[in-house]
Amino acid sequence: MKILILGAGRVGESVAESLLSERNDITMIDTDPVRLRALQDRMDLRGVVGNGIQPSVLRDAGAEDTDMLIACAPADETNLVVCKIAHDVFNVPTTIARLRSNEFDERPELLGKQGFAVDKVLHPESSVTAYIRKLIEYPEALQVLEFAHGLVSLIAVRAVAGGPLVQHTLAETPRLVPGVDMRIVAIYRQDQALPQLGGETRVEPGDEVFVLAATEHIRTVLGALRKMDRPVKRVMIAGGGKVGLRLAREIAGRYQVKIIEPNRARCDYLATELPGSVLVLNGDATDEDLLSDEGVADLDLFLALTNDDEDNIMACLLAKRLGARRVLAVINRRAYADLVQGTQIDIAISPSHAVIGELLAHVRRGDVEAVHSLRRGAAEALEGIVRGDAKTCRMAGRRVDEIALPEGTHIGALVRGLHLADGSEVEPGYAKPRVLIAHHDTTVLAHDHVIIFVPRKRLIRQVEKLFQVSATFMF
Amino acid sequence: MGALAVIALVGRLVVMFSLLFAVPLAFAMHEHDDAEDAFVLSAAITLAAGLAMSLATRRFRRELLPRDGFLLVTLVWLLLPVFGALPLRLAIPGLSITDAYFEAASAFTATGATALSGLDALPLSVNVWRCFMTFVGGLGIVVLAVAILPILGVGGSQLFKAETAGPMKDQKLTPRIADTARAIWVSYGLLSLACLWSYHAAGMSWVDAFLHMCSTVSLGGFSRYDASFGHWNSPAIEAVAMFFMMLSGVNLVLYFVSWRARSLLPLLRNAEAQAFVGAVLGTILLIAGYLTVDGAYADFGEALRHTAFHVVSVATTSGFTTLDYAQWPLFAPLLMILLGCFATCAGSTGGGIKMVRMLLLLKQSRRELIRILHPSAVTPVVLGGVAVSERVMHSVIAYMMMYGASLVGLTMLLLFSGLDAVTAFTAVLACVNNIGPGLGEVGPAVNYGSLTDFQTWVCTFAMLLGRLELLTVLVLFTPSFWRR
Repeated sequence: MKILILGAGRVGESVAESLLSERNDITMIDTDPVRLRALQDRMDLRGVVGNGIQPSVLRDAGAEDTDMLIACAPADETNLVVCKIAHDVFNVPTTIARLRSNEFDERPELLGKQGFAVDKVLHPESSVTAYIRKLIEYPEALQVLEFAHGLVSLIAVRAVAGGPLVQHTLAETPRLVPGVDMRIVAIYRQDQALPQLGGETRVEPGDEVFVLAATEHIRTVLGALRKMDRPVKRVMIAGGGKVGLRLAREIAGRYQVKIIEPNRARCDYLATELPGSVLVLNGDATDEDLLSDEGVADLDLFLALTNDDEDNIMACLLAKRLGARRVLAVINRRAYADLVQGTQIDIAISPSHAVIGELLAHVRRGDVEAVHSLRRGAAEALEGIVRGDAKTCRMAGRRVDEIALPEGTHIGALVRGLHLADGSEVEPGYAKPRVLIAHHDTTVLAHDHVIIFVPRKRLIRQVEKLFQVSATFMF
Repeated sequence: MGALAVIALVGRLVVMFSLLFAVPLAFAMHEHDDAEDAFVLSAAITLAAGLAMSLATRRFRRELLPRDGFLLVTLVWLLLPVFGALPLRLAIPGLSITDAYFEAASAFTATGATALSGLDALPLSVNVWRCFMTFVGGLGIVVLAVAILPILGVGGSQLFKAETAGPMKDQKLTPRIADTARAIWVSYGLLSLACLWSYHAAGMSWVDAFLHMCSTVSLGGFSRYDASFGHWNSPAIEAVAMFFMMLSGVNLVLYFVSWRARSLLPLLRNAEAQAFVGAVLGTILLIAGYLTVDGAYADFGEALRHTAFHVVSVATTSGFTTLDYAQWPLFAPLLMILLGCFATCAGSTGGGIKMVRMLLLLKQSRRELIRILHPSAVTPVVLGGVAVSERVMHSVIAYMMMYGASLVGLTMLLLFSGLDAVTAFTAVLACVNNIGPGLGEVGPAVNYGSLTDFQTWVCTFAMLLGRLELLTVLVLFTPSFWRR
């Protein structure tokens, strides 16, 4: 696919990075030649210097035969205008805009073809906020991702000695955790995926385990792999940027929230926007006196959400040293994230990856509903819809063990009976969709939503093929 | 010369004021009562004085400077009661100049304190005049002038600020100040019409309904009868009165905003209005319970009826009565008067500190307490989703300071003149907050007529001071105001 990316910022960079690895042709437009040069040296893409809202610059960048335009400039207005021009002047089939404001979503006429012609909106801030909220809700998890409108969740959790499943084999799962159907789709031991998962595979303490289960069973799943902590009550947020503000606003009623922000004027703004129960503190998150005065020792969760990776790491280390139960850092640089994840910092979040999933769902071939990028882009979980029948599709009408899956790839769960986009029922007789955890003898039917875990990125092409309907495909 | 330019404008306002005599005069002509001549004469004198003032100073007319506003407003409020007192002095035999001025000032400031007894025997037109002055003064005569006269020019917005109540006067509803003033007067007018009709429907005659409407929506408290609302002893009339007193105690601007938004949400979501209603309801329940337990009333229902009426009446700074609540144990009437010091909203016709200032002070106190525990906490005072600037907070604190000082100073003056402590203190509270009846010698069953001339003048000054929210008047006493 020929893809045009506007804006070589953090989001633009990680979008380019993850799309490049899938053999797309990428052209990047930015006004900063130095930044473009640096990216060009590191990645196999073409850089065009100029202001992307000018049609001449877009033409130079080859907009005429582009398949997809992704606008992730810092300003919403730039992204909207570029989408409009790309659609009206160059007939680009798919336009995607990164927007900071949520107000456009509420007005479909603004984003429609008559408006700014934006096909898909990315909200990095709300993606990161949703990510973190899940972790506040399930503090034991490393990551919780939703599929099929929230019916199924993929849970990443570090196994700790003391959980009933730990130091037992997978075959013992039904006996040890009765009544809950779940499926372990991957285990990473010392950052390496175990090549084969079988009934005799043993879960060791320290393993990073990926489990698929119905969303209502998340707590049971977590309890199976580690001792449950007490629920989160006190939360401290370092950094009152967009994510910090959104998060504080969303969780204010349920948790005791303190937020630290060094900029005094921003503090005033935060205190005005947030309900009175949130305490806004003016100061530096790496100031140990401030942290201990504000009771960091009693914290259940410390979140470092500033724009500065180093500050976030240092603040988290400090908070952990001072006694915070769990610390979480937002880290943009992948090298740092790999470095600190699982050390004293319990969770490292890379914000650019939180948004990539939304984007990837558009790039994937076949009927792919949702994609989540895992382990900072190395692995992927995707939800696709089975189309066609046994003759035209490699999955429909087959048992799970009959489907030719690439090595290491697992079908984790099926959701049957989700309504179609037009609202019509797929499976008459069932008012509610059902979640089926996949076993070797489960049969996949047409219209099922299938959730597949892909441990390595290069396998994705083969998985995509499973979802494609081909008229010429013969068994 | 600044003062002369101001006098030129005051002259025009006095001319305008002379037109208001038409209302009582019409009643006097219709009833053929004794006051007909008094009103004709007063109107003539007022008109002549106004014309003389504006003609003598016409060479000095110019656009007003912002600081002129304070002088103009104070002068208007000092002078108009003089003209308003003329017909009272002429029509009521034996009324002293002091008491006549007191009565007129009390009407203009919508206080409702009276120095007269035997109201029932007065000519109807005199009672009309007393109540009508309350109606006009309740919302502010200068606001009226800004609304209907283009003469005031740009300075109008400054005048507006000098006269209207509340700490935050910079929010304009409409691009032009005259439109804002008009919007407020339209809200006030519609509220008055509704009140007039409701009183009539509840059983008053049209004339009584008009008179009591005037002093209800202005939260004045004048009545045509010595017994005030006790004259009817009708729960329906009391309910109507309570309803409209509460409505008038809310910022009138909110009605305009609600109408413009075609929704009641701005009214219902307003923090100040919520606090006002909450404080009044809470006090009603507290006092009704207290009176039942105390044994003043045998039955909670009856206690509730009387408590509700008087708490609403005093808290909204009206001062209507149905019985002598001074007979209740001191706790109840004193609590009511203290509530009257701050319950009404800024931008209403009520007097006192205003609820918004109280809310800001409470939030400020909470903020200081949080600061002790968390020295680095940033906690701006937020009201209705907007941070209140430090400047406003300082002005509120300075206002409270001056308010307290004025209360103490005026009370000391009255004590000095020989009044007893309860009378002195409650008379000052009732006048500065424009409530009307106090306790003791100025209680609901008696009136201010028993005070000496000196004491009456102190009370008159207190009413004007309170109505113009201290700062407008007190700024005239600073040397820098008069320095160029």
